[in-house]
Amino acid sequence: MSFLRKSVNLMGSVARRQQHLKVIGGATAARDFSSKPSDDYANFPGAKAPFVSKLNLIQPEDYAPIPIYRVMDQDGYIADESQDPQLGREVVEKMFRDMVLLNTMDKILYESQRQGRISFYMTNFGEEASHIGSAAALEMRDLIYGQYREAGVLVWRGFRIDQFIDQCYGNTDDLGRGKQMPVHYGSRELNFVTISSPLSTQMPQAVGAAYAMKLRPDNDACVVCYFGEGAASEGDAHAAFNFAATLGCPTILFCRNNGFAISTPSHEQYKGDGIAGRGPMGYGITTIRVDGTDVFAVYNAMKAAREYVLKENKPVVFEALAYRVGHHSTSDDSTAYRPAEEIEIWNSVEHPISKLKRYMVHKGWFDETVENEYVKDIRKKVLKQIAVSEKKLKPNWREMFEGVYAEMPDHLIEQRSELEKHIEAHKEHYPLKNFEK
Amino acid sequence: MNIVSAQLGNSLYNCVRSNLIWPLWTRSHFTYYPTSLGTGKRMNMFNAINNAMDLALDEDKSALLFGEDVGFGGVFRCSVNLRDKYGSQRVFNTPLCEQGIAGYVISNRKLYEMCTNINNQAEIAVCIQHFAIGVANTGATAIAEIQFADYIFPSFDQIVNEAAKYRYRSGGLFDCGSLTFRVPCGAVGHGALYHSQSPEAYFAHTPGLRVVIPRGPIKAKGLILACIRDPNPCIVFEPKTLYRAAVEEVPTEYYTSQLGKADILRHGKDVTLIGWGTQVHVLLEVAETAKSKFNIDCEVIDLVSILPWDTIAICASAKKTGRVIIAHEAPLTQGFGSELASYIQEKCFLHLEAPVKRVAGWDTPFPHVFEPFYMPDKHRCLSAINDIVNF
Repeated sequence: MSFLRKSVNLMGSVARRQQHLKVIGGATAARDFSSKPSDDYANFPGAKAPFVSKLNLIQPEDYAPIPIYRVMDQDGYIADESQDPQLGREVVEKMFRDMVLLNTMDKILYESQRQGRISFYMTNFGEEASHIGSAAALEMRDLIYGQYREAGVLVWRGFRIDQFIDQCYGNTDDLGRGKQMPVHYGSRELNFVTISSPLSTQMPQAVGAAYAMKLRPDNDACVVCYFGEGAASEGDAHAAFNFAATLGCPTILFCRNNGFAISTPSHEQYKGDGIAGRGPMGYGITTIRVDGTDVFAVYNAMKAAREYVLKENKPVVFEALAYRVGHHSTSDDSTAYRPAEEIEIWNSVEHPISKLKRYMVHKGWFDETVENEYVKDIRKKVLKQIAVSEKKLKPNWREMFEGVYAEMPDHLIEQRSELEKHIEAHKEHYPLKNFEK
Repeated sequence: MNIVSAQLGNSLYNCVRSNLIWPLWTRSHFTYYPTSLGTGKRMNMFNAINNAMDLALDEDKSALLFGEDVGFGGVFRCSVNLRDKYGSQRVFNTPLCEQGIAGYVISNRKLYEMCTNINNQAEIAVCIQHFAIGVANTGATAIAEIQFADYIFPSFDQIVNEAAKYRYRSGGLFDCGSLTFRVPCGAVGHGALYHSQSPEAYFAHTPGLRVVIPRGPIKAKGLILACIRDPNPCIVFEPKTLYRAAVEEVPTEYYTSQLGKADILRHGKDVTLIGWGTQVHVLLEVAETAKSKFNIDCEVIDLVSILPWDTIAICASAKKTGRVIIAHEAPLTQGFGSELASYIQEKCFLHLEAPVKRVAGWDTPFPHVFEPFYMPDKHRCLSAINDIVNF
């Protein structure tokens, strides 16, 4: 007992001393406290803070908003040369091509949904730089958890056009075996955990995975979890932020703040300083906010974030600000809740691809004819793949019963044979010819 | 004879112990029937669970144990001493957030292995060593505790939409089979609305999960170790009233109980009584009374596994006796008894001599002072036996 009391006293005196130093160091701090701050330092277990004798309601306005880091301006010029990531022509060209590939594929698949050829689609328009910039700063061994609008990360990692389109068709070459809706991609090979529809559920999962990684000897991989600003309102987001901080998990919580959750604008989503504002004061997490239309800003910030989480075994909250140029999904018409002119600005001057293009022009790395050829080539490839993928058979319908458990339990075997008998007797009512035998 | 004296000892011990704490709420609605008096060590259920987790953490160096207040030993003492033994990186407290715990636990072994696949040979070797656990099965990665079953609902989304569907939706690319939830459940005499619930039926409606409920220390240890090894996400609902009340001679070595299999605890030819958890002990006592008072031979079955459940054992017994009573603490409507009753009706129709009878909690929230009137106690079960025999 006495030992405990002694150590508490000791801690108290250390805290008081530290507090004293802080007050001397910072003018703002000194203004808030009385002349003898060292005696006023509180010893509550719940928070370490000084006492004040004047009532003061802390207002959100007392805090300046977290600034937005950017490297490249609208016209594609690097504002501060020290921030130039000095990426070689080859890397920049890959960034550009991957963004264009994603953009082109999106346009065609969106159209093909409109024509009723696939059941559903979600484009990535306007957010290509967040995907490519962040993915480029990571290592392949880093594990990705996504929401659904991160296809660019897969593009960067080498997910092929046929793999994207096969998933959308749920055919026999779909890695997910035709079980989920389109755009719910996943790849073990590329360390990209299969997407699921429930929002934010991946967040605490990513934190748990990061904890497991931390325990590996000489760990040099982190976990990146992407989510939208709407998803950040879910309880699971709170769980993830708090668990990541308290349990010390090397994970980058990457928020794509694109201004809208379907029709809900971000000012109806939260009143604080975006998602970044929750990081440092709210959860005690190191935080970065960047211009998500600037691929170099995202790249630099991700590099720094990755280094930090691995060195410190702590999380980072990463907010990339952009604009959702496309509709939420093929089931949404966004002009019902926002002006077309606004969309147009973000689709031209402020578009991440246009910005990178301007940068490349300045560098003399851009060639109009080469780009046109490239887009044409991608279009051809995507269209051809659609034709191929839609003709492929779907997996055998019996697979519906597989993977529920590691091994099929008796009741599922029984239900499968019940359906087998039924189909045998009523073949004509089922689309059997589209499915593998 | 041994069993009877052990029971007597137990109830005396319980009486004395609980009298010290809650004089008003001493009378428990059941008498504990130990499974056997084996050659192990005398343990109550929380000791046995502690022992199981100790073995699991020792065997699989990747295994983690976490939840609210797990670090200092848990509010039911199940994880006592484990943090000291295995370190605060492997046995730790989480923030107070069930959906967080559930989400956190889903990060799984396969992912972990996957991430190591990319790395160099030496690291793979370390990891294989790290994970090698004798059997070719998946083994343990995470054991999560939800403090009370009543508080599992915030994590319902993570369990039902995520954990249960992980393997299926990814076409087998990913799974979270190495997770096990431990969840104290059931009536405890004075738990009222939020410390008494039995939510097994909510989860029984979820393909992809395993749900099991032990009836005592020996079973609890075996089921927990089996669930940890099982390549599917598992929930172990532990009747918390048994943590101290149930004492058995539990083998100290590693063993597992078979999942998906019911235990026939007493053979009989007249009526089949099906229950799980604490209710099994109520039914065993009822069976004894039925025999001595009315000469009715009851077969008592502990269902053990709620999902997937042992259809074969249940139907065999129903066909033999022709009369079935199912008893559970959870409310009647849409309780798991409904599933059993309809299945038995469908598969054993020609063998049934009377309608399948369900004795359950009432369709009300679990009350505080009215608990003695709420429970499907021995008197209600006994009167159901009389009804069904005289149908």
